[in-house]
Amino acid sequence: MNKSMLEIRNLHASVGGKEILKGLTLSVKAGEVAAVMGPNGSGKSTLSYVIAGRAGYEVTQGDVLLDGESVLAMAPNERAAKGLFLAFQYPLEIPGVTTHTFLRTAMNAQRRARGEAELTTADFMKVMNAASGKLGIARDMLRRGLNVGFSGGEKKRLEVLQMALLEPRFGILDETDSGLDIDALRIVAEGVNALRTKERGFLVITHYQRLLDHIVPDSVHVLSAGRIVKSGGKELAHELEKNGYRDYVADAA
Amino acid sequence: MTVAARPAQIRTEAETALAGFLAARPEVQNGPAGEAQRKAAGVFALKGLPHRRVEAWHYTDLRSLMREAWPLAAASASAKAPAREGLRVMIIDGVCAVLPASSPPGIKFTALRDAMASGGGTFAAQLFPDIGADDSPAALNAALARDGVVIEIAAGVKADAPIEIHFTTSAGAPRSEYPRCLVIAGAGSSLTLSETHASAARVQRNSALVCWLSEGAQVEHVFHTGDAAPEQHIATLLGDIGAGAGFQSFALVAGGSLLRRQCFIRQSGERAKIGLRGVSLLKGKQHADTTLVIDHAVPRGESRELFKHIITGSASGVFQGKVLVRPHAQKTDGGMKSQTLLLSGEAAMSNKPELEIFADDVVCGHGATVGQLDTDQLFYLMTRGLPKAQAEGLLIEAFAREAIEFVGNGDLRESCAAALTRWLETLN
Amino acid sequence: MAAVQETVDRVKSVDVDAYKYGFVTDIASDKAPKGLNDDTVRFISAKKNEPLWLTEWRLDAYKRWLTMREPDWAKVHYPKIDYQDLYYYSAPKSTPGPKSLDEVDPELLRVYEKLGIPLREREILLGVEGAGTRVAVDAVFDSVSVATTFKAELAKSGVIFCPISEAVHSHPELVKKYMGSVVPVTDNYFATLNSAVFSDGSFVYIPPGVRCPMELSTYFRINEQNTGQFERTLIIADKGSYVSYLEGCTAPKRDENQLHAAVVELIALDDAEIKYSTVQNWYPGDKDGKGGIYNFVTKRGDCRGARSKISWTQVETGSAITWKYPSCILRGDSSRGEFYSIAISNGRQQVDSGTKMLHLGKNTSSRVISKGIAAGRSDNTYRGQIFAHRKASGARNFTNCDSLLIGDTCGAHTVPYIEARNPSVMFEHEATTSKISEDQLFYCMQRGLSGEEATALIVNGFVRDVLQQLPMEFAVEAQKLIAVSLEGSVG
Repeated sequence: MNKSMLEIRNLHASVGGKEILKGLTLSVKAGEVAAVMGPNGSGKSTLSYVIAGRAGYEVTQGDVLLDGESVLAMAPNERAAKGLFLAFQYPLEIPGVTTHTFLRTAMNAQRRARGEAELTTADFMKVMNAASGKLGIARDMLRRGLNVGFSGGEKKRLEVLQMALLEPRFGILDETDSGLDIDALRIVAEGVNALRTKERGFLVITHYQRLLDHIVPDSVHVLSAGRIVKSGGKELAHELEKNGYRDYVADAA
Repeated sequence: MTVAARPAQIRTEAETALAGFLAARPEVQNGPAGEAQRKAAGVFALKGLPHRRVEAWHYTDLRSLMREAWPLAAASASAKAPAREGLRVMIIDGVCAVLPASSPPGIKFTALRDAMASGGGTFAAQLFPDIGADDSPAALNAALARDGVVIEIAAGVKADAPIEIHFTTSAGAPRSEYPRCLVIAGAGSSLTLSETHASAARVQRNSALVCWLSEGAQVEHVFHTGDAAPEQHIATLLGDIGAGAGFQSFALVAGGSLLRRQCFIRQSGERAKIGLRGVSLLKGKQHADTTLVIDHAVPRGESRELFKHIITGSASGVFQGKVLVRPHAQKTDGGMKSQTLLLSGEAAMSNKPELEIFADDVVCGHGATVGQLDTDQLFYLMTRGLPKAQAEGLLIEAFAREAIEFVGNGDLRESCAAALTRWLETLN
Repeated sequence: MAAVQETVDRVKSVDVDAYKYGFVTDIASDKAPKGLNDDTVRFISAKKNEPLWLTEWRLDAYKRWLTMREPDWAKVHYPKIDYQDLYYYSAPKSTPGPKSLDEVDPELLRVYEKLGIPLREREILLGVEGAGTRVAVDAVFDSVSVATTFKAELAKSGVIFCPISEAVHSHPELVKKYMGSVVPVTDNYFATLNSAVFSDGSFVYIPPGVRCPMELSTYFRINEQNTGQFERTLIIADKGSYVSYLEGCTAPKRDENQLHAAVVELIALDDAEIKYSTVQNWYPGDKDGKGGIYNFVTKRGDCRGARSKISWTQVETGSAITWKYPSCILRGDSSRGEFYSIAISNGRQQVDSGTKMLHLGKNTSSRVISKGIAAGRSDNTYRGQIFAHRKASGARNFTNCDSLLIGDTCGAHTVPYIEARNPSVMFEHEATTSKISEDQLFYCMQRGLSGEEATALIVNGFVRDVLQQLPMEFAVEAQKLIAVSLEGSVG
């Protein structure tokens, strides 16, 4: 299992004509949890959006491969069907669409895209109830409009619930710890840890080390000014916690 | 000059008289101003007075409300009034009678008759903009305008004290008048403009104020018509708001038997902010109509409207507000609210908030409510010992105050609040 | 309804250009000569073997129509209609008056089968057994009603459900008393035209205290070329009764425009309730605006009795031009009117629709929820009037109209008229216009939905309040219809 699952090669990307990623190279193997840490403005969210294929994020050079296949020409939903999942830093609110409907629609869309049979309502309910129970998500929350009126913690838990249901090959967590208190953080982290398998890779993007106490990474990469400037083991996160990003910011400049 | 056949739209006694005024105008100057006035006269000749079937005048049937047209105020009748302190312009019987004795640097006052004497010269295009040009009463003002005032604020000049334009009449027989004023605010300038209306005789006043705001200019306009208000009044406000400019207009309306206040505001530069608000206090048989057309012609504009009506007796109120977002005027943010309290069995209110939207990336909304005082609130106040009438007065005042609070200038805000209190006292 | 399944299963990858019900059926027809005059009116009346009073009623309407002008206040534009270039009557040749379905032209039965509307009761029972509901259907083909199902069973509970042409003979006293009592003959240009030349339509009478045992439904189909359809529906709910009525419409694809000018009158007496649902899917024209139905319809309900209730629910996705304002006259004290609408326009469609709630009685209430969605190069206008009469003390209205724009070449407009003449009213109106945000779309797509699926999902959320008002069978169909009519709207 030495082949990389997610491979980012010399990625240059700009938003509104401004280059944010400037030759980012990173590779994550199956079963690996890689953490990307960096100061504000280093390009963390841009990285997650570029991988997921958000409009307006223009790749000018380089490539992103999932299981050896470039995803850059694919629409966001095609990437999702290939098994790419992004847990958003700010999950969107969609009034009128119940969480329940949304989850079923998304699951079936992906199953269809992979040529699998759609879930029956009964099967879906079974899977959903089991998964939401584990994450402590109340039934009535699933009947409400998607993310509408949810607290920050509820929104993040729902992101993890979606990940559990959609069973992606590769998960990207974008600042999943932001806005969470310690209890919510623990629940979310447990949800993520439960999904860690030998076949699944993760990219955990965060500013702070505290998330990594709960989701212990296999590798840590420092992102600064659009590039990975240092890579190491989990001890690198602690070093950053102690010394801050100062050295790396200076390096990049 | 050959006499043209009378167009089909000139039917009533009033329309015939008005057509007569137009025909008897002193020989119009050549040049752009004269041209614009001839064009405006043509609009009126074609349309006559608006009536129920003219959508924008559906609730104010001017053709039947305006039975006759009173004679034009004679120019010679204008009285001289003593100059007062402060920057005050007085328009008496439609004539610019008083200009400030001295004006601060960068602010220039010119009587409109003088500005037009040279064919309108540089002012013509700004004096007669193509905003709201097919509204026939507004066209009537344009065609018959002979005097008023032109106020120019040079770029970057910040006027500290408010400038007041006060409209009134001398005593005497019923008459009609068509004053027109122009305010040109240079880039980055700021000023507060108070427009007040009174009269000492029965008058049909058709007034117009045209405001041009260059880039970044900030203008606050406060319109007030109160106790000695004109009997019949059509007040047109035309605005062109440039990039990054801010135009805030507030109207306190109390008095007069017929008032139509119409504002045609065009956002011509990006990121302009427009705020139109007002309180109408109506009683007896008064009819007051506030009609707004906000034209977001370019992207990233913001407009906010808040109008409160308090209606008692057998008075009737009208609020019409149209927010137009033209194609490509993306990122427009518009919000309009109309709230009405009906206090008597014969009071009536008609609301027509309208959205006309041709761009997809916009956030626009409007809300309109009509109702009575909140009985729970009334009860709460009464359990705290307030008599019913006082509790009601308090709630009505709070209702109107919410809009008055938007007046930025402290003195003007206080005088609006005082006028509200006075009006409420007349109810008891 | 079986129509649901067919819509679901077979309508894939259609855009405005590929209207599903666009087939033409070759059925021999019996037509009145082209054009409109006294003789056309007499011809129609004679074809229906009508009593003298009705012939005169029609002729009177025609005379008045000649003096009227086509309305021009709506935000719709179309070339002038040549009323002399239309057929005003067309009937499949084997009819009128098949005694049983066995006498109905088999070709005609196949048309309805193709549309998913089985007319044989046996088939209906088979077809919907699983759904557990039954729907009685009156099928109107061009100018005549070709079949009405479940008549016998309905008759057991005293419910009358038959073509109006039949009711004129079998229940003249009811027709005479109520027809034209809600929409007067001279109400408006199109209603007056309808009064002169109306061909057929449904008649419903629910006796006092009866809850109609099944949903009633009329299925309209325009087939003939250059033929106007002028149906007339009259529903009377007597004291304390209840009925739910569904209406569906389709037409073939034709290059020229077809005129549809119907009149629907509802009367609810004391404590009665009528629920009227429409899924309107007339041919909208192609993407360049060629062809399509002109839908100029007058629908009005009269809450004549105390505590009566009329509720209109409409899903409008078809027609080149829609001009309709299903309204409620709230005459009875404590009566209630409701209007729930989804209007979707795409291509070059023009919609000017809304409602009127006229509060006349005391303590009347009304609720208006309108959701307009504009895509393509269409224009979508909500126009609504809320009026409280001086004597309508305690009148309440809540109105919410939201518009959604998809793309920057369409227009969405809101024109409400809110008129209070009584101080004890409580009127609340709110309206918003917004778009589907790029962020919402991206979020859904990240979860695996295609752009169109994501749009449909968000739109379905947007219209949810209204969909919930539809009977179950219609709701599913409407939901699919929304997805279909928005196809091609996302870049």
